[in-house]
Amino acid sequence: MSEVLENKEVQKIYIDARGPRFSATITTIILATALVTHNVWVLAAQGLVFLIGATRGPQFTPYGFLFKNVVKPRLKKIAPTEDVRPPKFAQSVGLAFAFLGIFGAVADRSLIFTVATGFALAAAFLNATFNYCLGCEMYLLLVRTTTRRK
Amino acid sequence: MKTYLPLLIVLALASAYGFWWKRRQGAIRSNKAIPGHRLNAAVLGQPLGSRATMVQFSSAFCTPCRATHALLSQMVTSMDDVKHVQIDAESHLELVRELDIRSTPTTIFINKDGIEVGRAAGTPKRDQVLAALAAIN
Repeated sequence: MSEVLENKEVQKIYIDARGPRFSATITTIILATALVTHNVWVLAAQGLVFLIGATRGPQFTPYGFLFKNVVKPRLKKIAPTEDVRPPKFAQSVGLAFAFLGIFGAVADRSLIFTVATGFALAAAFLNATFNYCLGCEMYLLLVRTTTRRK
Repeated sequence: MKTYLPLLIVLALASAYGFWWKRRQGAIRSNKAIPGHRLNAAVLGQPLGSRATMVQFSSAFCTPCRATHALLSQMVTSMDDVKHVQIDAESHLELVRELDIRSTPTTIFINKDGIEVGRAAGTPKRDQVLAALAAIN
């Protein structure tokens, strides 16, 4: 199954399922730092990672590259795969929180920064620790509420 | 200036939520049935099982859905009175709303009359499924 992942066409859709969890761990550390130091630059850096993850895909973020080149070779060869779209969607949820947090810092609304960063951190922490995918849980609800009833 | 309080609050609340969520995943709950609501063969596109049917709501890209489908479809091969039906949530939004399905996979356990007796969000364990099915008569 892992050889299948080497195929460029498949890579567009299926990724090593362990990658996003590794990225979530780094994200948790970065966001915890942002929260403790109350530093918008740290949040903005993470926001940039979210932006790459949401647009190109989580495998193209710095964390993704780190996973692929440093962590993955040390793991079992058989890779559990997952569709890239839920993690990609989860990254856009993180991006939304990051925007909100940056707005809070820029508009001198400290509470907005703290709450937004806190939510992003909670999502990353839940994913890293419990394999909880906020995007996955939200996705159907989002489709339900944004699609018109017949 | 460093403040650790927000971090501690976030981690404490997120951990509590995480443990709660993890416990609920796959657990079959019987308190969410919509009173008076019935599923039938016409809605499902397939006949019901003669004793019970497991109606699994899935999304096109959902890794736990694949695992759930693999488990349930394999389990029914040895049961001639239980069927397993998979429904794509996104193309059955009216049904999703009627049944108040919030996430995928959600598996609805119904009896031979199409009445819900339990549902499980997330991938249930084999033993949980067997116990739930045994309780349907």
